[in-house]
Amino acid sequence: MTNAVEARGVGKVFSSRSGEVSALEGIDLHVAAGEFVSLIGPSGCGKSTLLRLIADLDTPTTGELTVFGKTPQQAREAQDYGIAFQQAGLLPWRTVTANVELPLELHGVGKGERAVRAKELLSLVGLDEFAGHFPHQLSGGMQQRVAIARSLAERPSLLLMDEPFGALDEMTRERMQTELVRICAESGAAVVFVTHSIPEAVFLSQRVVVMSPRPGRISAVVPITLGDVRGEGLREDASFFAAVTAVREALHGTPVTARGVDLR
Amino acid sequence: MTDLATTLAPERTAPVPVRPRERSTARRRILVGVLAVLLLAALWELVKVVVPDAGGHLGEASVLPRTDDLAMPHVWDIVERVLQPETSATGSPTVLGAMLSACWFTLRVALAGWLVGSVGGLLLAALMQRWQLAEHALVPWVVLSQTVPLIALAPLVVGWGGRIHIGAFEWQRWMSVALIASYLAFFPVTIGALRGFQSPPAAQVELFRAQAATWNRTMLSLRLPASVPYLLPALRLGAATAVVGAIVAEVSTGTKGGIGRLIISYAQSASGDPAKPWAAIAAAALLGLLAAGLVSLLGLGLGRYRYAEVR
Repeated sequence: MTNAVEARGVGKVFSSRSGEVSALEGIDLHVAAGEFVSLIGPSGCGKSTLLRLIADLDTPTTGELTVFGKTPQQAREAQDYGIAFQQAGLLPWRTVTANVELPLELHGVGKGERAVRAKELLSLVGLDEFAGHFPHQLSGGMQQRVAIARSLAERPSLLLMDEPFGALDEMTRERMQTELVRICAESGAAVVFVTHSIPEAVFLSQRVVVMSPRPGRISAVVPITLGDVRGEGLREDASFFAAVTAVREALHGTPVTARGVDLR
Repeated sequence: MTDLATTLAPERTAPVPVRPRERSTARRRILVGVLAVLLLAALWELVKVVVPDAGGHLGEASVLPRTDDLAMPHVWDIVERVLQPETSATGSPTVLGAMLSACWFTLRVALAGWLVGSVGGLLLAALMQRWQLAEHALVPWVVLSQTVPLIALAPLVVGWGGRIHIGAFEWQRWMSVALIASYLAFFPVTIGALRGFQSPPAAQVELFRAQAATWNRTMLSLRLPASVPYLLPALRLGAATAVVGAIVAEVSTGTKGGIGRLIISYAQSASGDPAKPWAAIAAAALLGLLAAGLVSLLGLGLGRYRYAEVR
């Protein structure tokens, strides 16, 4: 089976007036179909840039990048992926339903079919009652759920998410994470998920890709073996904390346990 | 963002729903408008009372205009004059009648000009949105166009128009006036539309790109709806400037039948009949308000797009 994403030696250089900035260098990464992979790292490590390259919102300077065996552009034009950003980016003049229907509408799906699919998606994200509302009538968390429903509209086999819960409060965030795990299990889509939260990455992913800045590189890949069924209970589990520690150590480059003990 | 948007316009405001305050305040807005007119009339009379007839002087220099009945007739004299016949000739229509028919003429010409200018402005803005090169190339000309005095343009337009005969179509004088009005109206529409087309945030633009939406589709489903809050005030402003343009054009092309001509001919009787020219000036101002008001009716059906109107 073709990998959802395959990157070999991918690099990205931004040139500006003040000179060239190497945002990414020598990225080798593959994401299997149906796999949930998080990209984590400090600001400026190029995790969002990598996501944008996969989405064909930017083009790599060097290396080879394929999405389902196609170039990112072909994949974008074939609608192989759905995308959600940190900002929900809903169109304020459209109702919740019309926002979810947007990708379908842009690709000429008929009215009846659109309505059925939107209804399905809204109940998936628990917003059936708000179908006729306008975005400004919803809370930030609800808007983000609409954005996620929209990204799922065309049943993509790859979901690209750039800190979609970044603007949410901790409680909403954890609930959304649980929902996302469920939604992904149901849809069977591969996910590339950008975040700067270690617990979030651990809770959601099968693998956590740790990146370091200047230039953006992959410094470690941490497999998370917490199983496929992940409920709220997992957050209190010792195996969860162990995985969080493993990612934190990979992120800092050194074992951090000794220092942690010191602080207490 | 573009240079133009940042230089010519204030910061974009955050989206704030405007709908709830719409209907309940419509009556109050009319009331405030009427009060403003009454206040203006009261101020006028106050100036007449306070400032001496010969005007205010500071040493030798005159700092306030004369306020005798010849320079500033009483408001009620102006109103009274409006209801009297235009001239002493028998069968002469009242000033009001003459002004109404003149306003009707000018309004139609101005709206024709507004329509042409708005369509042109929208197309120009779309062109500039499509190709950044076009924006860089055209913006200086768009700005420069407004620095050319209309009075200089008027005879040229009339001259060119006079040479146009296409089959049965013959260029009319009022078309020149409308064209000159459109020249003034297109500017705010171009600027407003361009700002509006460029207003969607990156997340929305990239969403459309991620959906592989074409430029046309993005324009239709994203940029055009997003531009409504910018476009409505621009169209309103365009309507007011179209009226000004039409009046100036009527005067400088010598077109008969409109309020511009009336202002000139009434001004000639200022020394003997001072209330008459003021009546024409008031009518011209009211006409501009009327045109802008008519255009703002466009916004009635667009409530959901006016989530963040830039007023």
